Amino acid sequence: MHSTLSNRDAGVTSTLDRGTILRWVTEIAAAMRQHRDYLVQLDAAIGDGDHGTNMNRGFDAVLRALDADETSPPGRLLILVGRTLVNSVGGASGPLWGSAFRQMGKRLGDAPTFDAAALVEALDAGLAAIVDLGAATLGDKTMVDALQPALGTLRGAVDAGQPLRSAVRSAAEAAEAGMRATVPLQARRGRASYLGERSIGHQDPGATSTAMILRALERAVSGTG
Amino acid sequence: MVGIVLVSHTLDLAESLARYLVLLGKPEVPVVPVGGDGGYGGATGSAVLAGIVKANRGDGVVVLGDLGGSVLTARHVIEQEPTCPYAVIADAPFVEGAVAAAMVGGSGASLKSVLTAAEGTRHATKLPQSIDTAPRQP
Repeated sequence: MHSTLSNRDAGVTSTLDRGTILRWVTEIAAAMRQHRDYLVQLDAAIGDGDHGTNMNRGFDAVLRALDADETSPPGRLLILVGRTLVNSVGGASGPLWGSAFRQMGKRLGDAPTFDAAALVEALDAGLAAIVDLGAATLGDKTMVDALQPALGTLRGAVDAGQPLRSAVRSAAEAAEAGMRATVPLQARRGRASYLGERSIGHQDPGATSTAMILRALERAVSGTG
Repeated sequence: MVGIVLVSHTLDLAESLARYLVLLGKPEVPVVPVGGDGGYGGATGSAVLAGIVKANRGDGVVVLGDLGGSVLTARHVIEQEPTCPYAVIADAPFVEGAVAAAMVGGSGASLKSVLTAAEGTRHATKLPQSIDTAPRQP
């Protein structure tokens, strides 16, 4: 474990493994538990108020599912995360993040380790799954407004040879900027779109939890809490 | 006979619609309501898959969702679960689509015909276009 940590600090040569995925979802689950009520509050303003509860419930179920898995490679773990989310979350975030994690896992395949470039490709497959299922594009006031700029930033930083830790930190910052940028937008997808202009002035809950998921990834690749 | 799965954010809504379809005089059509439970909104993927399996009599299943997550979950299950190639999702309003599917399905029509019937309600208007729906002054 410690040798892989020092490899990661070396940047683009970072070796990521199932431990990275376990740390990521553990950090996500902790964030969703901590910020559940805040996400519920955001969602109650422009949606049906279940986002925090659903994400919290979903990732708690994911932790239980992963607890029983001691051998799967990272790609298989991600597929298990996706399947668990779909089967435990009723709101739109279940199938959206469920299909995203599933596609990320499929992209990683059965290899025991992966590098920063493969992480970018996996996240790209995840974004594509979300866009396909949710039919949302940039500016619709959805999770895509946080995830897409984060991925663009991550890809640029990894391509430029930045250390993975700082690349993911930049990506998380881009996700948070995208999240804040949803405030003045009028929702064009999801329940919030029924509100029309009344959705303006509220931060999108899906973009908010997405930014938290990127921050969780930063902590996972840092190997520290 | 083609089965029908009704996916709703609340089980009550799906169950009531299922009971109404029976009242339409097609009690032999397999209709399975699926909905959120335990105070959480929305039906889970495993509940939708179980509903599809239960509704299937060998002639296929048409799935209707009420809105949002119900539709996304249903679509995801149908596309990703290798075990249910006999299920299709209808792009139709929940009530009208279900009524059309039950009526046509009750006549023993094929999966394709039932799906077409459900989706045929997609653009149905409820009032003549000439009617002014603006609130009247008291």
